Amino acid sequence: MSYLLRSWQGAVALLLCLLALTQLPLLGPEAPLPVGSGATSVILLLIAGGALASFLPIPSAALAAILFVAAHGAAWLLIGSVDGNEGHAGSAFFLLVAASWLLGWRCITVLADIEPNGRAAETVLRLLIPAIFGAWILILWEAGTRGAGVPFILLPPPSAIGERIGNSLPILAADVRQTIFKAVLFGYVVGCAAGFAVAILADRVTFLRRGVLPIANLMSALPIIGVAPIMVMWFGFDWQSKAAVVIVMTFFPMLVNTIAGLGAAGAMERDLMRSYASDYWQTLVKLRLPAAMPFVFNALKINSTLALIGAIVAEFFGTPIVGMGFRISTEIGRMNVDMVWAEIAVAAVIGSVFYGVVALAERATTFWHPSNRGG
Amino acid sequence: MTTDSLKTRALPVLTVVAAIIAAWYLAAVLMNAPFQRDLDRRGDVTSTTMEFIGKTLSQPKPIVPAPHQVVVNVFENTFLRKVTSNRSLVYHSWVTLSSTLAGFGMGTVLGILIAVGIVHVKALDRSLMPWIIASQTVPILAIAPMVVVVLSAINVSGLIPKALISTYLSFFPVAVGMVKGLRSPELMHLDLMRTYSASPWQTFWKLRMPAAMPFLFTSMKVAVAASLVGAIVAELPTGAVAGIGSKLLAGSYYSQTIDMWAALIAGSVLAALLVTIVGIGSRLVDRRMGVKPA
Repeated sequence: MSYLLRSWQGAVALLLCLLALTQLPLLGPEAPLPVGSGATSVILLLIAGGALASFLPIPSAALAAILFVAAHGAAWLLIGSVDGNEGHAGSAFFLLVAASWLLGWRCITVLADIEPNGRAAETVLRLLIPAIFGAWILILWEAGTRGAGVPFILLPPPSAIGERIGNSLPILAADVRQTIFKAVLFGYVVGCAAGFAVAILADRVTFLRRGVLPIANLMSALPIIGVAPIMVMWFGFDWQSKAAVVIVMTFFPMLVNTIAGLGAAGAMERDLMRSYASDYWQTLVKLRLPAAMPFVFNALKINSTLALIGAIVAEFFGTPIVGMGFRISTEIGRMNVDMVWAEIAVAAVIGSVFYGVVALAERATTFWHPSNRGG
Repeated sequence: MTTDSLKTRALPVLTVVAAIIAAWYLAAVLMNAPFQRDLDRRGDVTSTTMEFIGKTLSQPKPIVPAPHQVVVNVFENTFLRKVTSNRSLVYHSWVTLSSTLAGFGMGTVLGILIAVGIVHVKALDRSLMPWIIASQTVPILAIAPMVVVVLSAINVSGLIPKALISTYLSFFPVAVGMVKGLRSPELMHLDLMRTYSASPWQTFWKLRMPAAMPFLFTSMKVAVAASLVGAIVAELPTGAVAGIGSKLLAGSYYSQTIDMWAALIAGSVLAALLVTIVGIGSRLVDRRMGVKPA
């Protein structure tokens, strides 16, 4: 019994394999390209082998490697078998997909329990575990949509989206240039700089701070994105109106966070600066701004997603015939869902890169902060 | 005491608000002036400066509506119309509010469940957390209208698609805040629970959950604002016929600027109300748990 408990995922995977054996063949009777018994038995052997290995007392690294190969090999073969047979998968197919997913889960669990003894190993693990997880989302998505024949309009499989991205690179590049490099970057820089400048001003003038802070707090909870149609009306259809929306959206988070950050320096450090007879600006530049940096970067991170959203949504209210928001709204009208998903994928990648750059800059600037010092 | 707090709190805020309204009037006059001048020239009307300013502030479709025009519009559409009327702001706000609340409820539950999973299952912690953060770099709001259109293609329409967008936007702050909150009990307290030989279940309900409450309410304030934004943007596609978002879109199609501003004000009032309600809930729970007011 305790042997079984070592890996419930393995036990369930074996059960699913047995169930699948009774439900063979993999594909329904009308499938145009039936799968040979050779391929089917390879898949079954892979899963059963991986599941059995998960009970054995072998080193975790080796076990993880075996599980990795078994789970992903089986998944790859399964998805390959559905090629040309979209919508004809039988219940055995889904049982085996579930079984290999369980092996993948077991693999992650094994990896998560490894205590790495080196820096490099730790980094690899920290990247590998989420990568496997992400890969399984894609695998389940692909197997689910193609196996069950989900209508293309509802949810295209990831492979079709990838193909679409490869085929329409020039269009995507033009959209990115219009939306990201013109509207988002300009709006982000101006909005953040303006918020920062007003925060410094409000910090200098107490009266202003008392008046601005409650209003800014209120404003940052409001659905500011609603000003998009107004901005389009004021500044025309081109990128300027989108940049204006981005400026308004990024201004308030920056203002609120910077004001909070400027109050973060401790009383002891301020007293020290006073005993050095430093004036306001010296204290600001040498003590209070560095102490405010974690807050400023927090705002920069929040704003990186807000800026993308603001620019894309503003494009729904009128654009020249280029831009990511324009493409999304017209292609959905023409039911070209794969193009829409391609734009979303590009936007997601850009959003993640944007966030990553800000996070790296934060590491470099606030290396002294407890949350970055690590161990 | 009261005069003092009046002086240090209310006075600065009122000054800034007054400055904003003054700037708004100025902008209204300046931005509407070219069109009005054009109108006067065509109609061969000559007017004094004061008359001219008065006219710029009372155009039916101004570029920048004056504050009093917006206030009058909000008042008329809120109090003078029947609640069921298509032009009533109460009606549109209610449509938006219902999907906001549904999405907020689902998002909060989902966020708490994810946080509990992350805190208790190590594999989830290592694999899911990076993706939760990555999920928020996807500008989901940008595809909200698309999700609504696609879901209505398979006959899922009305409240649910909008609520799903709100759910997606609101689960994140709750999940992140709750992970922090459930991990906030100190080692000492966890050890104490162990000396009581408390089960994981008891540790969860009697130590981790109460410790997470302040974090939960802070993130719920962010989440409720986010789900309102989600609901409004989800109403933008032409499929939606009611709600603050569709009111904005209709206003932008027919250049009904005053209506647009009124819808914006309605959305802001809604946001302020929702955040206040969550704040009151937080204070009630605090009092129930015996937290002493700071």
